[in-house]
Formats: sequence, structure tokens, C-alpha cells
Amino acid sequence: MEFLFDRTDKPSPAWAKAATACGLLALYSALCFWSFSSSVGDWRKVWGYRAVFLDGWATTIGISAVALVLSTVFGVGAALARRSAFLPLKYTAVLYVETIRGLPLMVLVLFGFYGVADRLGWNDRLPVGVLILSLFSGAYIAEVIRAGIESVGRSQWDSARAVGLTPAQTYRFVIFPQVLRQTLPPLAGQFSSLIKDSSLLYIVGVSELTFAAQQVNSATYSTFEAYLPLGACYLLLTLPVSLWTKFLERQASYES
Amino acid sequence: MKVELKNVTRAFGTNRVLDGVSFEVEFAHVWALIGPSGGGKSTLLRLLAGLDRPDSGTVIVDGVALGRSEEALRQYRRTIGTVFQAYNLFPHLSARDNVVLPLVEVHGHSRADAVSRAEDVLRRFQLLAHADKQPGLLSGGQRQRVAIARALAINPKFLLLDEPTSALDPEMTAEVLDVIAELRELGKPLILVTHEMGFARQSSDLVAFVAGGGIQECGPAGTFFSDPATSGTRKFLEKILRY
Repeated sequence: MEFLFDRTDKPSPAWAKAATACGLLALYSALCFWSFSSSVGDWRKVWGYRAVFLDGWATTIGISAVALVLSTVFGVGAALARRSAFLPLKYTAVLYVETIRGLPLMVLVLFGFYGVADRLGWNDRLPVGVLILSLFSGAYIAEVIRAGIESVGRSQWDSARAVGLTPAQTYRFVIFPQVLRQTLPPLAGQFSSLIKDSSLLYIVGVSELTFAAQQVNSATYSTFEAYLPLGACYLLLTLPVSLWTKFLERQASYES
Repeated sequence: MKVELKNVTRAFGTNRVLDGVSFEVEFAHVWALIGPSGGGKSTLLRLLAGLDRPDSGTVIVDGVALGRSEEALRQYRRTIGTVFQAYNLFPHLSARDNVVLPLVEVHGHSRADAVSRAEDVLRRFQLLAHADKQPGLLSGGQRQRVAIARALAINPKFLLLDEPTSALDPEMTAEVLDVIAELRELGKPLILVTHEMGFARQSSDLVAFVAGGGIQECGPAGTFFSDPATSGTRKFLEKILRY
């Protein structure tokens, strides 16, 4: 059974890895089948609602894509603001990051939607939802970026100043390229979380994927038939991100 | 070139590293600063490089007093070349791009012009074969030579080198000292903080002993080493030249 152990000094052969993967896949599939087979019966009822699923999935992809861009903007902004010497700006960033990271997303969604947005008379569920999600994710991204900026050594700032770069040029040509290479893996992980977290927007009635699955469930009483595709659809989005992360981790390793 | 310090003080906390230093020096090629660690030589070099400001007093280089605003200091820094002990290079850029970046972004050269200048200076230091490598793939000596090439590529008025060989093994040290000796031949004045006494003795016009809050002694390399004027310098030299 020595071939089942993959050690640095004695790697296991490729066939053993493939066989292990296939064997476990079969085992876990059997486990899934055993748990769900009694509950899953009729797929036809749910099949009739496939358009609802696709609509929901498209909305989830749309929300995730926009929130990804927006949260990056918030994250970079907050990370820079937190490093600012101007106290009101710095403390605003600290307050933002620490409050958001200290609260569950559900609380933020409810506060944001029924509290702030409602008070402002802004009732567009989708944009409000995207904004709340972006603010949430942005706080985590801010910390990833801040840690990335701080990991770039003092000597890099000195060298950049010595050759006469301005602070803005230093960020652009020296700091950010290094931050990006170091933080891409954790950022990609955060983006994967963002996709999953978008599911919570169903509580304020944003008709994304989870909302769609719930609607199908209440219309057909086919709980598992509604939720199994839901899980599959999320995995279809998050697995590529995760694989991309692994790829980036290999790419980003350069000697410093 | 000429350097004047007028009542320059620079303190870190309660430690007055430079304490009301007034001093004037003029030299053609190389001015070496030696002294104990923490004695103020690197602090003095950072003031001369425009990377730091004195708490009080004035630094005058070639008749021009250095400004106090970051913008004025940045304009000044753009006219000189500074090389540190280590980690000068940007690790995400190739050796060539390390030289090209300041030429394009700070000095307004076109990319093509900057690349050809960068390659000229890399060729001069036998580094052209390594132009595409990132710093992580270069030896310590090669990195320092690329850093010197980058400093030289902008055609600076003079160069400041802060212990450029103290992170290197003896072989690489020799390799970098050869380059510094070559700078002397190019006629670029340079100020060098160093622990390499042999090199200071051989290649510098003037040597200064920086310790105890100021410049204790400064004189021609020959007499400085053979017949130091102050007991502080004598003790320091005795200690470091013992082995």
C-alpha cells in the first residue's frame, strides 16, 4: 500500500493518483446516491422550470461580475485610505473595514436594504443588493490588499524615491505589480466567496439563483430536485475560480 | 564636487546621530565615509541623497542648498544616483526594465531610446547577457552592478553608494568594487559609505571618519590611514585593521 503515500522524497506514481481519485469519486458518488435517491424522484416537474433556473443563474453571474469589479474598487480605496496620513479618511476606512468584517452578511443585507436604502427611498432590489455585497466583499479585499502593500519592503519605497518616482508612480509601477502577484491567490479565493455570498440576497427578494431554487421548490414541492441543480450551478462557477487560483499560485512564485 | 553642512542636526528619538555638524569638503573623484555602525555615516548619506531632511541646519551641494519640501527633494533626487546596500532593484522587473523604468517615467525618454541607453550601460558592465533576468535570478554582485547601471543610466551629476558591498561575499565584493573603480575613471564624482578599508585607501581622494554625532576627521586617503589625526580614528582603525 506504499503507493498510496505521496511523499516529497518518494512521490507516488501517476497511476496511483488517478486510481485514488477515481475510486474516491465512485465512493462519494455512491454516498450521494444513497442519501438522495430516496428523496429525489420526479425530475419532470422541475424540468418545466428550467427557464427560472437559467434566469436566476444569469442574475447570479451578473451580480457576481459587477460586485467583483465594485468590491475591488472599494477594497483598493479602503486599503489606500487606511494608509493615509489624513485622519478622517484613515479612521473612516478603519470603521468601514472593521464594522463590515464584524457583522454577518445577513445582518448587513437586512440593515442595508430595510434600513438605509429604504430610508433613502431606493427600492431597486438588484442594485442595492449588488452594492451591499460589494461593500461586504470590499472590506475583506481591503485587508488582503493592505497586507499585500505592507509586505512590500521599505527598501522598495526607498529605491523608488531614490530614482525620483512620485508616490503615485511608485504605487503604479513598483508597489501594485508586486501586491498583485502576491495577493492574486487570496483575492481569487475572496471572489469565490463573493459568488457564494450572493446567494444571501434572496432574503430581500433579489431573484438570483437561490431565490429561483426556492421558488421552484415552493411551486413543485420537489425540494431535492430544486436544490441539487442549485448546488451544481454554484460549483460550476466556483470550481473554475478555484482552479484559476491554483494556476495563479504557481505563476506568482518569483524570487524576491 | 563640493559638499557643505551648516549646523546640521538629525536625531532619531533622543539619539542625535548628527549633532550640529558644520563641515565643508571639496573633492574630484571619491569621498569615502567610514565609521562605526550607527555612527551617522548612512544618515549623512541619506541627507546628501535627498531621501531624508535634517531636523535643523542646511545641506549645500555644489553651492545649492537642498530644499525642504518633498517635491524639491524629488527634483534633486532625479539629478543624482543612489545605490543602497541591497534590494535596490524592483523584483518584478527584468534587469533591463529596472534601468528603463526611471528613464521613461521620470526622465521622459521614449521607450526605444530608454532601452538603447539601458543596454549601453548594461553592456559596459558586462550585464547585457542578463538583461532579461529578474533580480531573483541574478547573483548578489550582479544585482548591485545592475543597480549601479540604473543609477548611472540617467547621467547623474554624482553617485551616492551606501555600503554597496556589505551584503556580498568577497568574490562578489571584488566584482562590484571593480565597477566602482570604473566609475572613477568615467569621471563621475561619488560618495561612498564603506567598510572596505583597502578600497577606501586605494581609490578615494578623501576619507572621513563619521562617529559620535559628527565628522571627526577628514583627510587625504594616504595620511588618513597612515597617520590619523584623532585618537578616535586611530582606535577605530586599529580595531578594524587588527585581523
